[in-house]
Amino acid sequence: MKERFASGFDPFVLPFLLGMIFVLGYCAYGIVRILLQLPRKDRRRFLLSLITPHIILKNVWDIFCNCLLHVKLWKRNKMLGFMHSSIAFGWFMLILLGHIEVMAYCPDRIRFFYYPIFFNYFVAENESTIGGAVLFFLMDFFLLMILTGIVLAVVKRVRSRIFGMRRTTRLSLMDNIGLYSLWAIFPLRLLAESFTAHISGGSFLTIPANWVFRQFLGNDLNMLPTWWAYSIALGVFMCVLPFTRYMHIPAEMMLIPMRNAGLRIRHPRKGFARIEVLSCPGCGVCIDACPMSVKKANIKDCTVYLNRQIRRGNEKRIEEISDKCLLCGKCEAVCQVGVEGPLLRMEQRAMRKYGLSQDFSGLDVSLLAPAASGAKVLYFSGCMTRLTPSIGKSVTSVLHKAGVGFRWMDEEGGLCCGRPLQTAGRYEQAAQLIRKNEELILGSGADTLVLSCPICYKIFSQDYKLPGVRVVNYATYFSELIASGRLNPVKSDICYVYHDPCESGRGCGYYDEPRKLLGAIAGIAEAPMSRSESVCCGGSLGSLTLEFAQREAMTRKSLENLYASRADAVATACPLCLATFSRYSERPVRDLSEILDLALKSEKASDRTVRG
Amino acid sequence: MPDFGFSLSKSSSVSLDSLDLGLYGELERLEPGVKTCMACGSCSAACTASVWSGMSVRKLILNLQRGKDVEKMLGSCMLCGKCSMVCPRGINTRHLILSLCRIYKKQ
Repeated sequence: MKERFASGFDPFVLPFLLGMIFVLGYCAYGIVRILLQLPRKDRRRFLLSLITPHIILKNVWDIFCNCLLHVKLWKRNKMLGFMHSSIAFGWFMLILLGHIEVMAYCPDRIRFFYYPIFFNYFVAENESTIGGAVLFFLMDFFLLMILTGIVLAVVKRVRSRIFGMRRTTRLSLMDNIGLYSLWAIFPLRLLAESFTAHISGGSFLTIPANWVFRQFLGNDLNMLPTWWAYSIALGVFMCVLPFTRYMHIPAEMMLIPMRNAGLRIRHPRKGFARIEVLSCPGCGVCIDACPMSVKKANIKDCTVYLNRQIRRGNEKRIEEISDKCLLCGKCEAVCQVGVEGPLLRMEQRAMRKYGLSQDFSGLDVSLLAPAASGAKVLYFSGCMTRLTPSIGKSVTSVLHKAGVGFRWMDEEGGLCCGRPLQTAGRYEQAAQLIRKNEELILGSGADTLVLSCPICYKIFSQDYKLPGVRVVNYATYFSELIASGRLNPVKSDICYVYHDPCESGRGCGYYDEPRKLLGAIAGIAEAPMSRSESVCCGGSLGSLTLEFAQREAMTRKSLENLYASRADAVATACPLCLATFSRYSERPVRDLSEILDLALKSEKASDRTVRG
Repeated sequence: MPDFGFSLSKSSSVSLDSLDLGLYGELERLEPGVKTCMACGSCSAACTASVWSGMSVRKLILNLQRGKDVEKMLGSCMLCGKCSMVCPRGINTRHLILSLCRIYKKQ
């Protein structure tokens, strides 16, 4: 290899150079700004994590797997995974190999930013070596890999259904500029390298292309325009990058170390939240996932659009989107980069100023205290159960049948668990209720608290401090009673499909226990979308503005998913799901406790016949 | 006045001319649904807070329409939202209370 130009410079590198300097400067400024926005403690924690060896290893590994190989995306959708990893990994390899080439053949030029990118223009091949051939082969191979990815990307733009995406994001103008310049970069690179391949050498892609071009463009003057075009495409892409969804490329590399350091959202716009918002690639996976999107009018309220509006600073829309969401958490469960859509919205709600704030700190709860008795088990049905009293009735019936001495803490009414206040962003008020409930429970002398409502279960298991008291969901508790032989249900031959309530499922990762219980007392079928992909029933308390009349379509969609399992009936473990489904379901809907109670009743009946 | 062991109860008549309906007017603007309330009381029956505080959305709306003080009732709402689930008129009472808390000015 020998250099073609003593100066090692040509004006065509300028667009690329400008774009590169701009984007690096912008990112450096952004990082400093976000670091300054972090609370002092978080900043310390983050900076310390950057010098902790095992976190460094985890960071490198996560960035390699997620940013370059897109492992998560592969698991979700192979076509999309291939498309993204071929572009990201291929591009990374082109840059890396470019640097290796420069290091190998003209190490003194490595200080020029542009040399590895435009290497083929600046050098001439004067000898054929095996090393050079391998390098050139690899360069062409990865270029081909990227081009395959680009072809897939173009196909996806035209027909997203081929990729299994029903809907994809509507791009903004800037996103379109970014998209088209990104698409242009690699074909132009192929063109540029092909035009110089007879001088600088090439491999299986560039050399044949060079033969073809030389048939009718046998003039070396054609070279320069293609290199200019390649450089301009790169320059344009990098100049618009901060204002497009492609900002997720640098932002995700920042998000991963921050998440590994254990940071969390503390402000809806600043610091960690900002990084999350910038990391949103705008892929639109959350659109199909969102239960609200069954209605076209709600599509613009999905997390991908929330992120876009936050980036634009459109306060009115941010408020609307934040209030409408059901907080079911599915967008977060399917998100490839892990944007916490529900949390962003809750923080946004928590920012509001109120003229009057509830104050429960002075509340006298002595009247609500559970009756003094020796029973060590407390049952808290939660206030939602007041709308579906059958749950409370069957839970207590089951407990009686098992011979468990218990007290029903809120039989005559009680306090709310505080979760609805949390979802409304009223953290302080929620904390006051939590303290009051803690006082009641600890004062009762119980050692087990059984909960039948997933909304209560989430907050009790995550935010309550109840030393010496075991907080247990009724599904787990009943399974234990069955295992210890205190309950002997007769397995029913009705086949149920279990609907995961959002709060216990995605909220607490509580998936297996309810299935275990259901499997022990009845037949069980699985819906196509279940566990973390379960579809919200539409009754969620998370939404502040969505009226109940507007939720029918969501409930029907969720039921459709459950019916697809061909089960005879629907089982759920949430008073809200039960109430919402019962309104529209054509098949019976029952709570786990009701099913168990039925299974116990039949046992009693059979006992009687045996005895009789 | 001498103490007879009993007294006259305060007049409960409402003078619509002398009332300050500013808060209700503002609420009506923000939550037009409130106009459809027919005071059926489903919300009061479903209310968790009513047991220990006398909270009732029905009463709250009536009091607002009569220019009466609602601070105590408003201050005991735990936002559980059952009132909006049972409302036969489909009024989003939970959001109504949040809006009211936002525009409420303490005397």
